[in-house]
Amino acid sequence: MSNRRDFMGMALGAFTGLGALGALYAAKRTWDPLPSVKAAGFTTIDVSKAPENVLITEVWRGKPIFILKQSKEMVEKAKNRPISNNSKFKDIDRLIKIGNDYYMVVVGLCTHLGCIPDYRPEKENFLCACHGGMYNSSSDVIKAPPPRGLDIPPFKIDGTKLVLGEEGPEYKKLLADGITLPV
Amino acid sequence: MAHFDENARPFSNKWLDERIGINTLKRVLSTEYWIPKNINFLWAMGMVLAATFGMLLISGIFLLMYYIPDTKQAFDSVNYTIMSQVGYGWLWRHIHGVGASVVFLIIYIHMFTGIYYGSYKRGRELIWLSGMLLFVVFSAEAFSGYMLPWGQMSYWAGMVITNLFSGGSLHANGLVEWIRGDYIPGQAYLGRFFMLHVLLLPLVIIGLIVFHFGTLRLPHVNNKDGEEFDFAAEAEKYKAGNKKESKVIPFNPVFLSKDVFVMGIYFIFFFYLVFYHFEFAMDPVNFDPANGLKTPTHIYPEWYFLWSYEILRPFPTDPGLIAFAFAQVIFFALPFLDRSPNVAPANRRGIFKFWFWALLVDMIILTFMGKVPPVQPWSNIGLVAAVTFIALWILLPIITKLEKKL
Ligand code: HEM
Ligand code: FES
Repeated sequence: MSNRRDFMGMALGAFTGLGALGALYAAKRTWDPLPSVKAAGFTTIDVSKAPENVLITEVWRGKPIFILKQSKEMVEKAKNRPISNNSKFKDIDRLIKIGNDYYMVVVGLCTHLGCIPDYRPEKENFLCACHGGMYNSSSDVIKAPPPRGLDIPPFKIDGTKLVLGEEGPEYKKLLADGITLPV
Repeated sequence: MAHFDENARPFSNKWLDERIGINTLKRVLSTEYWIPKNINFLWAMGMVLAATFGMLLISGIFLLMYYIPDTKQAFDSVNYTIMSQVGYGWLWRHIHGVGASVVFLIIYIHMFTGIYYGSYKRGRELIWLSGMLLFVVFSAEAFSGYMLPWGQMSYWAGMVITNLFSGGSLHANGLVEWIRGDYIPGQAYLGRFFMLHVLLLPLVIIGLIVFHFGTLRLPHVNNKDGEEFDFAAEAEKYKAGNKKESKVIPFNPVFLSKDVFVMGIYFIFFFYLVFYHFEFAMDPVNFDPANGLKTPTHIYPEWYFLWSYEILRPFPTDPGLIAFAFAQVIFFALPFLDRSPNVAPANRRGIFKFWFWALLVDMIILTFMGKVPPVQPWSNIGLVAAVTFIALWILLPIITKLEKKL
């Protein structure tokens, strides 16, 4: 008698458990980003007319993208500055070379908790008002709490244009070298 | 088959008692639920909380009639439609805003009353734990509600708080995007926080309040001296007519009338705020519509989250997150970190007295430091206060172990 009860209890438990797992999975998938959100992930930007040391803000996946064309002096400085979290590389390696010019191209959201840092052209640095984090003109972190420089979005160089959202060879190299993290 | 009196008038006491045991219910839950006499107005805070939750629920139901959970329309549905078109819409909004803020003031008073009198141990652990669950779910409820007007503070608070889930160096962007349903807070995000705020979390809160009350029934509430006595014996004295000698009174109607008196005073203060000082609960920055391309120059949470925010802020990302997580959960552990057997007011408990006041003052300092911009000297004061908070909790088991038994 009790054996039959145990068996029925276990069978019921197993089926209910399966159903619960299935329901959990469905719930998880309902919270996932919609396909339309995932698909709208590409933006093309022409950088050739950008003036030096003037911050340009574009939008990609709803996030602000910072583009800062570097002046000669800024490039010289970047060549001599090591990257804070990665002793093997210099700040110049964070910049993207298009034609003969160097550009800082980053997601304009603080790597601490996601506020938008403010660029101060006269000081050539960024200040994040939320918790006081700072970045230099090649977007490497110079004052905590942010743990690392601003993240570089996936990009592909196409003449003087940048396609954001596509992973070109230059971007893959940055990832492989650990200079930026996937966003 | 049970016995039913055919002559009982429908819905009379007898008729109801035979069907749902109304007399037993009344006895167990109200007329013979005994409350010590030796308590003060601080013991009314629980019912004040329950009443404030009631105000939030009622005002929320009216707001829900016109609120539109759509990123393009939410801001105007609140700031234009409800505030200037709907008759008395402003009243519900101000009650809801003031209620959400004041409920935390009362929760903190209620919590610190419990800590001061040691009402979290020797049989009262579950009261404390269910209370802490209420605190956490209330926090989630307040946060999700703050998203709904879709102003600048809604958006950027949403951005910053959901980013906490990336876990710093763990870099769990996938988790953050999953929580948001998007790369940034957008329509999917607003929709799910709307659902949480108006349905799921209120249901959980109601369930937890019932559970919190349930955990109180057997241990009974504590009293001003932490005195343990025989409730059954004291109740007998009361029932025999020795009301003066008995140490207890029934919850209903005797204690409840005292509760209602305190609530009366409280609601004068509450409606004074609603009618004349509602602006303290309405952040001016949130009267700008959400803009994903512009961070407000200075963002900060509502006052009741400032202390834990300030524990996050002065540290680099990873230690900051760990300190923050610590602050969120450590109050749960109070009944187990307090190693002393004494249930007594803090001022009779030796070093614990200083611990209690140090914790309270430290949290007030953290609250003020969380509000000011992250510049010197505030950052350093905040850092010291944050380290002090952690140190106090690490010291707690040691100082309570050394405490003399009373
Ligand atoms: C909306 C939320 C809450 C409601 C409606 C509520 C309600 C109540 C009520 C009616 C009482 C009995 C009367 C009294 O002693 O005040 C009580 C007692 C108590 N509550 Fe809460 N409570 C809430 C949140 C909390 C929180 C956040 C904590 C702390 C973690 C907490 C801890 C306690 C403790 C320790 C007692 C026992 C007090 C004693 O024995 O003297 N409660 N609560
Ligand atoms: S979000 Fe920029 S410093 Fe915290």
